[in-house]
Amino acid sequence: MPHLAGLIVNGLLLGGATVTLVPLVWMASVSLMSPGEASTFPPPLLPSHVTFENYRQLFSHAGMGRYLVNSAVLTTAVTLVSLLFNVAAGYAFAKLRFAGRDRIFKLLLSTLVIPSQVAMVPLFLLLKHLGLVNTYGAVIVPAMASIFGIFVVRQYALSVPDELLEAARIDGANEFRIFRSVIMPVLKPIVVTLAVFTSLGAWNEFMWPLIVLNDSDLYTLPVALASLSREHVQDNELMMAGSVLTTLPVLLVFLVLQRYYIQGLMLGSVKG
Amino acid sequence: MRIAAAAWCFVAPALLVIGVFFFLPVLAALAMSLTDFDIYALADLRNLRVVGFRNYARLLETPLFWQAFGNTLYFVVVGVPLSIAASLGAALLLHSRLVRFQAFFRTALFAPVVTTMVAVAVIWRYLFNTHYGLLNYTLGRLGVPPIDWLGDPHWAMPAIIVFAVWKNFGYNMIILLAGLQSIPEQLYEAARIDGASMWRQFRHVTLPMLAPIVAMVNILTIAGYFQLFAEPYVMTQGGPLQSTVSVLYFMYDEGFKWWNLGSASAVGFVLFLFIFGVTALQLRLARWEHAA
Repeated sequence: MPHLAGLIVNGLLLGGATVTLVPLVWMASVSLMSPGEASTFPPPLLPSHVTFENYRQLFSHAGMGRYLVNSAVLTTAVTLVSLLFNVAAGYAFAKLRFAGRDRIFKLLLSTLVIPSQVAMVPLFLLLKHLGLVNTYGAVIVPAMASIFGIFVVRQYALSVPDELLEAARIDGANEFRIFRSVIMPVLKPIVVTLAVFTSLGAWNEFMWPLIVLNDSDLYTLPVALASLSREHVQDNELMMAGSVLTTLPVLLVFLVLQRYYIQGLMLGSVKG
Repeated sequence: MRIAAAAWCFVAPALLVIGVFFFLPVLAALAMSLTDFDIYALADLRNLRVVGFRNYARLLETPLFWQAFGNTLYFVVVGVPLSIAASLGAALLLHSRLVRFQAFFRTALFAPVVTTMVAVAVIWRYLFNTHYGLLNYTLGRLGVPPIDWLGDPHWAMPAIIVFAVWKNFGYNMIILLAGLQSIPEQLYEAARIDGASMWRQFRHVTLPMLAPIVAMVNILTIAGYFQLFAEPYVMTQGGPLQSTVSVLYFMYDEGFKWWNLGSASAVGFVLFLFIFGVTALQLRLARWEHAA
């Protein structure tokens, strides 16, 4: 009897994993087929012979290299700057006393329910006024800090013992030095977690870059892919190669840093 | 005193960014929704007029807005329960003591969550292809005639829901799995000593202990599903017959295609108020249930 139950449990999980993985594996397989090969019936599972033609074409004709660079630059910039701002603020909200601290933090928390899309129209006008629309700045500037990031860091920093700070102060270190050489090492796990979370989010972001980057030279990978897919509805092999290039980096980062990502997800779920 | 000054230096950059690029636009959105901000005002602000609630009144008379609202509601009402059921099912299976290769299965089931929405939407558009899509091929082998998933107004939204469940269920699965793991083993032992069957253990130990987490996951998922945009943008472009136009899709077109920015702000605000109302209602229900 337990034997049968084990078979059912593992069988169901295998079925589930097949459903989640087959589309991704198939994407990779189709991306290696010759043009037109996938548009036949029955749908071929593997390429009759492997070709990298689609990838070559993406880089030589569709400007994929450019989009890859755009995505990489924007993701790196957003991650580094927002990490610095969020970690500093989260730490201060947790460990440093200043007038109005708790009231400001409560106000921030209460606005977590506002969906970011509400702000999109005026934000677009503001950035246009600042001359940032159609520049990297339009994507980077509004993402330089996030309430969620501050919250996550604060929760973690609350557990840092006050004695650690007091000892450093008695040694004559100023607050900035304490932050850099005492606090940052202690907060390292949450910093890594937030970095993974932020960078994957920035890489996958779609609606905002779609709105503020109209110059195709500035497109990020998701925006470029959406635009390509509207033009090349029939070129399945080409589109699959584009999808591989877009998702592979995030999947790899996730696989390597899975532990940190899952941690961030759990922390994020506390916000409810 | 010196500490307080330093603290302000630490929080100022983040607060400045959030204040200027989030709080200010949200308030501005409210103000703009009361104006006729359009492409003429975009060129010259002197063309701007305050119109009170006329944008809201006109929205209520716009059939496409109601359709977008209905489509979004359809997506939420059908998609969220399916999504959470899948998450819960997967979490329970992963939590079972009989699982082999738990880490592998967890990663495999979670993988769609980290993928790029646009990229996997492109894949699924292809999987849903009527003639040579893998889905119809598989169904065909089971004797089901081909379905025009993304071309038939009756099937387009169900197709998008299937895709969204596939993409998202892993997220809540992880949270629910952690919830399951935090239920004290003694409770199950006590139930077993009392002779409770597997089903009764699930019914009287697992479910009540997991209920607060399910309620929270439910609230977050509903709020998230109301923000449907990229899926129809890539897979159906709102079609066929506008059966997959969502509220955000409507807002995007209204604002950034037709440049009716006043009206688009109103759409954003209606969506926010609705999400807010639904969230508040659920919180109250959860609290009420908790008290009862």
